[in-house]
Amino acid sequence: MAYPANYKYTREHEWIDVSGKTGTVGITDHAQDSLGDIVFVELPKVGDKVEKGKVFGSVESVKAVSDLYSPASGTVTAINEELTTAPEKINADAHAAWIMKIELSDPGEVGGLLSAEDYEKYAQEETGH
Amino acid sequence: MSATATLRKTPLNGLHRRLGAKMVDFGGWDMPVEYSGLIAEHLAVRTGVGLFDVSHMGDIQFRGPGSLEAVQHISMNDASRLQVGQAQYSAMLYPEGTFVDDVIVHKFSDNDYLFVINAGTREKDYEWVRAQARGFDCHVNDYSDYYTQLAIQGPKAQETLQKLTKAELSQVKFYWFTWGTVCGLPNTLIARTGYTGEDGFEIYVPSDEATSERVWNEVIEAGAEFGIVPCGLGARNTLRLEAALSLYGHEISESLNVWEAGLDRFCKLEKGAFVGSEALKKVQAEGGPEKKLVGLEVVERGIARDGYRVMDLGGNAVGYVTSGSPAPFLKKNIALAYVPRSLAEPGTEVAVEIRNCPVKAKVVPLPFYRKPKKG
Repeated sequence: MAYPANYKYTREHEWIDVSGKTGTVGITDHAQDSLGDIVFVELPKVGDKVEKGKVFGSVESVKAVSDLYSPASGTVTAINEELTTAPEKINADAHAAWIMKIELSDPGEVGGLLSAEDYEKYAQEETGH
Repeated sequence: MSATATLRKTPLNGLHRRLGAKMVDFGGWDMPVEYSGLIAEHLAVRTGVGLFDVSHMGDIQFRGPGSLEAVQHISMNDASRLQVGQAQYSAMLYPEGTFVDDVIVHKFSDNDYLFVINAGTREKDYEWVRAQARGFDCHVNDYSDYYTQLAIQGPKAQETLQKLTKAELSQVKFYWFTWGTVCGLPNTLIARTGYTGEDGFEIYVPSDEATSERVWNEVIEAGAEFGIVPCGLGARNTLRLEAALSLYGHEISESLNVWEAGLDRFCKLEKGAFVGSEALKKVQAEGGPEKKLVGLEVVERGIARDGYRVMDLGGNAVGYVTSGSPAPFLKKNIALAYVPRSLAEPGTEVAVEIRNCPVKAKVVPLPFYRKPKKG
C-alpha cells in the first residue's frame, strides 16, 4: 500500500497528517501488517496532553500488544470512537483509520519526522527484505 | 553468524515463504505464524478445515521386548492399557513430579512404541529418554528428522483426507491411528490426534522436500471445496488455548507439578512406580498442591497476556497468567492462570493486572471450548 506523501512518519510506525494547527494520527500499513488482526485499541481521552515520543495508547492484535507513540506534542481534540467496536478498520485501511486528532503545541516539531519515501525505505529495511 | 542461519527449518520452509507466510523463531525453529490471517485460520479449523506443518515436533521410538516397561517407567499415564493402534496423552516427569515434557504415546505393537514430543525440548527429551531407558531391554531412536508431520484439523478433516487414502478413516476413533497409503505413499501413519480441540488427523510422511510439498499441495487441493487454509502457529496457539490444552513452558514446566497443572486424569499412580510418582504421592499426602491452573474470562475491557499478574479483590498479587489471548471463536478474552487453591473455584472473581490497571476477570470451568458432539 502506498504511503501518502502529505503525511509524516515516525520510526515507531505512526503517521501524522498536519492541517494548520491540527494533526491527525494513525499507525502505518507496515505496522498493521506486522501486528496482524487488530482486536483492541486503547484510545486516549479528549483533553489529554500528549508529548512527542511518549506513549498515548496501545493497539493489540490477537498475538501482541504494541504501544502507540505520539508523533508530536499537543492536546487531544478528538478520538476515533469507531475503533472501540471495529478495530479491524485499521487492518482494512491503516492510512484512513485515524486514532486521534491533536492540537499541536509546536507545529515545527513535525519537520523532524520521516517523509513517505524515507519511511518506506526504513520499513523495508526493518522487515529485512 | 546471522540469527537466521542458526534457525532450524522444516522441509516445508521454502513453501511457507513462497506462500507469503509471516515467519517467527519458535523454540529455535523458523516457523510460519500466519498466512492469510490468524483469525481466519482459527475459524477455518473450527468450522471447516485447516492444514498445519508440525514437522518441528519430535518423534522417539522404543523397540524391543522391554519397551513397555521402559515407557511405563518414564511416562505418567498407563501405557499397558493401550491397544495396538491406540494413542494416549501422557508426560515425562522429573523425580520431583514436575515436567520434562508432555507427549503422545502411540502403541505400534507389543514391542514398539512412539513418543511424539515438543519441538523446543527435542534434544533434552531424547537425552532424558536415553538415560532413563538404560537397563531396559529396548532400543531408543530419534526419528524426528525422518518425518514431515502434517496436521489436518477441523470438522471437514476426515472428508478432506479421505480423498487421498483408501484407509477407512471413519473407523479410526479419536486418539487411535492406522497405517495406509496416503497420496500414493504406502504404510503412512495416520493418527486421529491434534492440538486444536477439534476433530482431525496427523499424518507422518517422508521428510524429503519434494514429497513433503507434494503431499501438502494435495491436501490443500482435496480441502479446497471445504475452504481449507494453511494455518500457522498463531492459530495453533489460540485453538489449543480455547481447548485449554497445555503448552510446555507455559502451563507445564520443570517447576510445575502434575497436580498443579490439573493433569490428574492422565497420571496413573496405581500402575506402579514411575519417575516422579513418589514426589507426587508426597504432595497428595501433604494435602495437595497450593496453587492450581484455572481458566479465566476477562469480564471488563482488556486482554490478559502471558506473564500478567493475577490479583485478588483486595489488590494483592496472588498468581500469574500462563497463556492469555483473545479467543477468536468464542469472542472473549480468555487466559489460563495459576492461582491459590482458595481462588480456584469457578465463579471466583479476581483481577488481571493489565498495564498497571486491575481488570476484572472470573474463574470459569475448563475447557473454554469443547467440540460439538457428532450427531
